[in-house]
Amino acid sequence: MNRDAVIGFCERLGRATVHWLDEIGFSAHLLGECLYWLVAGRRRRQPVRLWAIFQQAREIGVDALPILTVLTFTIGVMLAIQGIYSLRAFGAESRVATGIALSVVREFSSLITGILVAGRSGSALAARLGTMKINQEIDALTVMGIEPVRYLVAPPLVAMTLMVPLLTMWSHLVALSAAGLYVSHDLEITFGAYISQVIEALRLTDLFHGLAKSVIFAILITLVGVVNGASVTGGAEGVGRMTTRSVVHAISAIVITDMIFAFAVTR
Amino acid sequence: MSNPTVEVRQLVTHYGDRMILKGIDLSVEDGEIMVIMGGSGSGKSTLFNHLLGLLHPTSGTVRLLGYDMNTATPLGLLDMRQKIGVAFQSGALLSSLTVAENIMLPLREHTDLDRRTMEIIARLKLEVVNLAGFGDLMPAELSGGMIKRAALARAIAMDPRVLFCDEPSAGLDPAVSSAIDELILKLREAMGMTIIVVTHDLDSAFRIADRICVLDGGEIIALGSKEEVRASENPRVQNLLNRRSPDATLDRDAFLRRLVGEA
Repeated sequence: MNRDAVIGFCERLGRATVHWLDEIGFSAHLLGECLYWLVAGRRRRQPVRLWAIFQQAREIGVDALPILTVLTFTIGVMLAIQGIYSLRAFGAESRVATGIALSVVREFSSLITGILVAGRSGSALAARLGTMKINQEIDALTVMGIEPVRYLVAPPLVAMTLMVPLLTMWSHLVALSAAGLYVSHDLEITFGAYISQVIEALRLTDLFHGLAKSVIFAILITLVGVVNGASVTGGAEGVGRMTTRSVVHAISAIVITDMIFAFAVTR
Repeated sequence: MSNPTVEVRQLVTHYGDRMILKGIDLSVEDGEIMVIMGGSGSGKSTLFNHLLGLLHPTSGTVRLLGYDMNTATPLGLLDMRQKIGVAFQSGALLSSLTVAENIMLPLREHTDLDRRTMEIIARLKLEVVNLAGFGDLMPAELSGGMIKRAALARAIAMDPRVLFCDEPSAGLDPAVSSAIDELILKLREAMGMTIIVVTHDLDSAFRIADRICVLDGGEIIALGSKEEVRASENPRVQNLLNRRSPDATLDRDAFLRRLVGEA
């Protein structure tokens, strides 16, 4: 490899790293600013409005319920089928409830919910902020004396950190029940027996494990969406590009964080 | 009142390494209509953004209603921002709210008025800009001229002391654009506001201005009453007033160097 190519590669790598660090710094700043407005907003005459949080909570949470229910039902049945199939190799299919319970509660619910919310609401957030930026709407808010972070970022952040764990709990219920329907039919045990096996297998820490992750995912989705939305340049095409980028980044961040969290907490 | 409403001192700004504003001095008196005029790239939009405190200067100060943009406390800035109104070039109405909700937005955020009162104020402001009955539409359903008028209605929602308008007539047909000029004059007469208009439209500038400030290449090349600006002997001012393109004084060597990419 010649010298110019090496230098060029190093330069690109350096620039990408700086850009990446810049975005992480910006996210941290945004998170800090949101917390500041939530705590001190009222004193600074910049209160975070409750109705704005409710409105966001409805869009992020309630409106996502139908599709989330369908997805997690499917995941539950899929887990039951695969679980029974793999345990049959050891003749241990009667223990499948334990496997399903732990993998749903510790892993699948929060992951699927996070990915779904990133696709539905993270992208919407990026698109909305991006459009507002190129329309000068954010400047308009600033000159009206309305802090854009307080008005546009804090409500979805709060709504997201409330709704993603709630949605995750809902998907626990749906996925476990769906798996139970299949298991009780296939292994010819009663649904009640399956449920008591599930409850026996689960400890409170498993529940916290999943919910703690979902809170982290919620914050990641919001920050990734906002950072990408706020970085939009170049008109409608830029909005599209950053919206796509926000979905890809949010999902990547979720999957990687999930692994790190499991690695750090489970072992 | 001895203090001017707007006071700009030695404002120097950069965009990256490029110097955009090269030491601007400007003051606008209470109740005056000041038109900032200049061609594309003259720095007028940059100056506008600095007047609003949306950008941070390299050096120099901007004072608005006595508040220094760089050193005022957040609460001071908030007080100041409740006394100014801004109509952006694109309107910048929040697209998720109706026109009436847009006008009520500053009221809702900064006052304790009840909803009925705010609705009445919104209708009142829509009457002022001749948009009565359009309050329930979304910004996307309005025409270009209507958006500009709705933006003006929002800008005056809090009865500001200073009104800023960015290109109020850009992209509009002559009839609509002259209606907006009339509206600006009417607002000053009725409410005694100080009004600062950024435009490249000569006709509208000379119709509404008390004083005109002509920017070119980041410098003020003329500042004064309409007559003074018209009588200016600066060739760049005359070029602008007479819609002449600047003389292409071409240095052949420099041109060649540019073409081969050495300059």
